Amino acid sequence: MSVTEPVVDREESTGRVGDVVFAGVSRGSAIVIMLALAGVAVFLLQQGLPALGNHGEAVYGKSSIWTFVWPLLFGTLLASVIAMIVAAPLAIGVALIISHYAPRPIAKVLGWLIDLLAAIPSVVYGLWGIQFLALNMVPVYKWLEDHAGWIPFFEGPVPNSGRTMFTAGLVLAVMALPIITAICREVFAQTPLMHQEAALALGATRWEMIRLAVFPYARSGMVSAVLLGLGRALGETMAVALVLAPTLIVSFNLVTAERSSSTIAANIALNFGNASGSKIETLIFSGLVLFVITFAVNFLGRAIAARGQKG
Amino acid sequence: MTDLQTVPPVSPRHSMPLTGATLPRIAPLLATVIAGGVGGLVALLGGFGWVAAVFVAWLVLVVGLPLWSRAVEGGRKSLDRLATLMVWSAFGLAMIPLVSLVWTVVSKGVGILSSQFLNNSMRGVLGEGGGIYHAIMGTLIITALATLISVPIGVLTAVYLVEYGKSSPMARVITFLVDVMTGIPSIVAGLFAYALFALFFGPGVRMGFGGAVALSVLMVPIVVRAAEEMLKLVPDELREASYALGVPKWRTITKVVLPTAVAGIVTGVTLAVARVAGETAPLLIIAGLTTSTNFNPFSDRMTTLPVFIFYSITEPGLYADEMADYAWGAALVLVAIVMFLNVVARVVGGLFAPKTGR
Repeated sequence: MSVTEPVVDREESTGRVGDVVFAGVSRGSAIVIMLALAGVAVFLLQQGLPALGNHGEAVYGKSSIWTFVWPLLFGTLLASVIAMIVAAPLAIGVALIISHYAPRPIAKVLGWLIDLLAAIPSVVYGLWGIQFLALNMVPVYKWLEDHAGWIPFFEGPVPNSGRTMFTAGLVLAVMALPIITAICREVFAQTPLMHQEAALALGATRWEMIRLAVFPYARSGMVSAVLLGLGRALGETMAVALVLAPTLIVSFNLVTAERSSSTIAANIALNFGNASGSKIETLIFSGLVLFVITFAVNFLGRAIAARGQKG
Repeated sequence: MTDLQTVPPVSPRHSMPLTGATLPRIAPLLATVIAGGVGGLVALLGGFGWVAAVFVAWLVLVVGLPLWSRAVEGGRKSLDRLATLMVWSAFGLAMIPLVSLVWTVVSKGVGILSSQFLNNSMRGVLGEGGGIYHAIMGTLIITALATLISVPIGVLTAVYLVEYGKSSPMARVITFLVDVMTGIPSIVAGLFAYALFALFFGPGVRMGFGGAVALSVLMVPIVVRAAEEMLKLVPDELREASYALGVPKWRTITKVVLPTAVAGIVTGVTLAVARVAGETAPLLIIAGLTTSTNFNPFSDRMTTLPVFIFYSITEPGLYADEMADYAWGAALVLVAIVMFLNVVARVVGGLFAPKTGR
């Protein structure tokens, strides 16, 4: 047995230098992220806040920046809420199929397919929305206008292009579906097997087991999945920009083109190319508003998810 | 009462069977066939389309099977059958748009694909004869640049969070900020890149590099998240064994920790690349549209596939039909690129990932 040689000084010192350098580099890149986010905030504020004083032509003929932003904000929320109302129940159904109903091999393939669908670029969803979905929804809108026209939602007139708020909401729903499904599936699959088997052993049917064991366990996860999907729908640009024209109207009318609301992100995308000077400030300000709203929704979603994990 | 010899008046064997009455195993199948027949008959007699037939069949099934089950099996089983039907219905309804999307993209896009379509640009082309070479190149260059910026920053930040920061206040702040960044709407990232580059190059700036910066803002948080998860999976025993041999910390990280996690990190990075390759909104603002091929990301406009698709639909000019065809062709190529990256990511992840034994 030979005595371990003491560590050579040279070796140790290079180690220390390397450690210092490497720690510095990795801390530096973390700081870069901080700076980047601070940069996003600072640049948006610096370019957007001057818009607070804008009026008239600079805010597209509105009296102030707030009367410009409000209709767009309204349209953004309306489209996203429609999307969530349509997508959330379907996504929970698909997630249940994958986690509990379908046979294991099929479920695995389905989960894989849903993940692939989540990766399809949003512009492709938009293209499908305007060239396929919108045209095929026209008969439905016509029927709604004829039979439910007394409800303000379905007043019409229905455009032959089918480019309406409801179409935009549906495209957003189809886009958000794979994302909500993916998160819900994870949460359902994490339900303790013991809870499920205990429920079944007590004589519960499969639905009672899901209602009594799976849903209570997964409630916070489901809520946060819907909120994260909502965050995605709020910030989504292209799908809506392709379907809706940029208008500045507050309207609950879901099946018309002329008197339909638009969304913040779509409005920026459609108007930025022709904008200059103070109009750019106005658009950047509306982007800032969108950022704040999206951040709030995402933050809420994560907070609920974190609380669910603890309890 | 206490006389054990007394035989109860009714034999329990007949009145209390061990199992309740159940529908035959083929009941759901049978009900589906019957419902389908009813739907087809109603549609045929009433002269409706197949959509109405499917709807009627579905209605008959959803009402009929639970009622049958309620008559034979009782309320709870009946509710269970209704729930099962509803869950499968939701699944079927959700699959319709998704299948239709894939089918439309493939069927409409495959007709225009040709070597000419892939090798020509739109320079000087009106109507037929154009291609998307310029857009493919733009997508590849801008995405590659974004990857070059994001991967070192993202991976090193993950290393800091897992190896150095642990639960220090700064690490917590960084984690929070990465969460915030995940939620940045893509168009806001484009506005940021525009505002940043407008400071240096004046208003109205358009360049591919700006697009790469905007995409990096979207990509960094995804990379950080993926790399962080993977680094956390590396067992502490490996690190301790390395330290015990006297290896300095940075050598441990570069030679032991990162190689162990590399498959998962590559998967995460590939998924992030696939995600930003389809991103449109920021490039609309900062990279702009051009009809010719531009290899220099530091000057002039640079078209990418998503932006090309967008403008082909919104501003087609005189040749709306041809431009729509180009848009579908470009969409198919874009989806193919994204799907390819996804499959590569899964294969890499599947082949190398579970070495940690957890």
